Amino acid sequence: MRLSFSLAASFAVSLAGLGFALLLVMALGFAIGPYPLTPGQILGVLTGTEPDPRAYTVLRNIRGPRVVSAALIGAALAAAGAAYQTVFRNPLVSPDILGVSAGAGFGAVLGILLGLPVMMIQAMGFGFGLGTVALVMGLSLALRGGAQLLVMVLCGIVIGALVGAGISLVKLLADPDEQLPAITFWLMGSLAGVKRLDLMAAAPAILLGLVPLIALRWRIGLLAMGDDEARAMGVEAGRLRLIVIAAATLMTASAVALAGVIGWIGLMVPHMARLAAGPRFDRMLPAALLIGAGFMVLVDTAARSIALIEVPLGILTAVLGAPVFVVLLARGARRWSL
Amino acid sequence: MEPVTQTRQPLLQAQGLSIGHGREALITGIDLTLAAGQVLCLLGPNGAGKTTLFRTLLGLIPPLAGKITLGGSDLALLGRARIARHLAYVPQSLQPPFAYSAFDIVLMGAAARLSGLARPGPREEAKAHEALERLGISDLARRDVTRLSGGQRQMVLIARALAQGAGGLVMDEPTASLDFANRAQVSEAIRRLAGEGTPVILSTHDPDHAAALSSHALLINRGGVVASGPAAQVLQAETLSRLYGTPVRQAISPDGRRLFY
Repeated sequence: MRLSFSLAASFAVSLAGLGFALLLVMALGFAIGPYPLTPGQILGVLTGTEPDPRAYTVLRNIRGPRVVSAALIGAALAAAGAAYQTVFRNPLVSPDILGVSAGAGFGAVLGILLGLPVMMIQAMGFGFGLGTVALVMGLSLALRGGAQLLVMVLCGIVIGALVGAGISLVKLLADPDEQLPAITFWLMGSLAGVKRLDLMAAAPAILLGLVPLIALRWRIGLLAMGDDEARAMGVEAGRLRLIVIAAATLMTASAVALAGVIGWIGLMVPHMARLAAGPRFDRMLPAALLIGAGFMVLVDTAARSIALIEVPLGILTAVLGAPVFVVLLARGARRWSL
Repeated sequence: MEPVTQTRQPLLQAQGLSIGHGREALITGIDLTLAAGQVLCLLGPNGAGKTTLFRTLLGLIPPLAGKITLGGSDLALLGRARIARHLAYVPQSLQPPFAYSAFDIVLMGAAARLSGLARPGPREEAKAHEALERLGISDLARRDVTRLSGGQRQMVLIARALAQGAGGLVMDEPTASLDFANRAQVSEAIRRLAGEGTPVILSTHDPDHAAALSSHALLINRGGVVASGPAAQVLQAETLSRLYGTPVRQAISPDGRRLFY
């Protein structure tokens, strides 16, 4: 019993540490900007004891929604990545695997081309993201009569290529002065235009996707052993996997609809979470949520403060993610197979 | 462990079973019984349908014809968790995509007894430790399974099956990829479990291994059952020659065991 106690204790300590780090990073995100805020001003606004009017406006309307959105998106992409990696039994899988990001991107880009209002652009991103996954899963089911892993991944690649061609076509048709820059910027991911209303529209969907992942977290981990083994252990593997994929897809599509296409988080953060909390899904999921949130807030704060212009998030995450990916490949490629 | 009596019905029974994927039957006319204390050994050439038979018995794929009774109930009517409480599956190898500890793997056996939303608590953890102890591999608990030897991994999988608390074990070629010492360790564990009342059905490519380990044997080839019954009767040079389609001879070792070559 001492053994499991000490493991549980060290797990609690690392989670508490990650939670504290997230709070620090968020405070940093609140403080840094064209109008810097002191810790006293931030606390004053958050607790409502001593509301400095300018600090209040900055936090409530601009920086607050942005930092909270970044945290939510980071957590969502990291959790979705962790879920996909577990159900597909492959540490190199990420939310892009089923064409979610590409599909959502296509929907949003189409919305920009049609000159729709922001809310409609988000709704289209969301709808197309879900639609792409439905298409990929439907196609792989039709081809093999079962949710075979390799077929599903290949279908994801095929549909992803098709959607990519659609995005290219939209770019070609877009007005080069007005729409094209907006489309390009959006495809690289940005939180620059996020308002409170956008956040309030996307947050419920993200949280809704998170509920089954958290509630079923221990059982989801068993899917990593493969279908036959999981089923022989008493798990309804097919049904559980569908729930997990639907939940992770909902989270990814909502995140893309809110902030555009931001790669690498869903691939990289689950690995960091495994280093912090071990490979068990029920333990690495909370760690992935905290690390993903903190990482994204950090990246977004850097994106809006390291240069005079806003640096797209996708560029920063790629610069950080690519080396990490290479290290992962070098360390563990021998074990990984589809 | 519940007391096991001879009068109790067998754990697993199959009658007139046809197995296969899709519509095409791989083997027809299988009858088998697995009761307390028995080790039933499944022999057959590659592609004969040994794994397909195991998957059918575990309810992972439906039989094409025939009836399977598990713990007194029709297998087709049992849910996944109920099946798992009767029969545990020990796959050929343990190759998880992530570096789980042996304890994490063994703890997974608790799934059959937990509801969907529940997570294992101290009781399940104690059970997992108990299973490791029963096999004498408590020292492996915190080790990364991807760094264990093939034999150690096999022992971890057996421990998981014990933690599952099932009445019987289905083992798919448990010793196929093991060296001599590891094979002896795993064989000894199987013998002990059977001696303690847990019946085991396993497949192997090695008739000597089958003769040394099993109480009963079932010989299958593409199409049908070649022989079935008590190991001493079934495992004969003449039947094995028919099974593998190549001449097999036998000798008796100084301690009275049959050896095939």
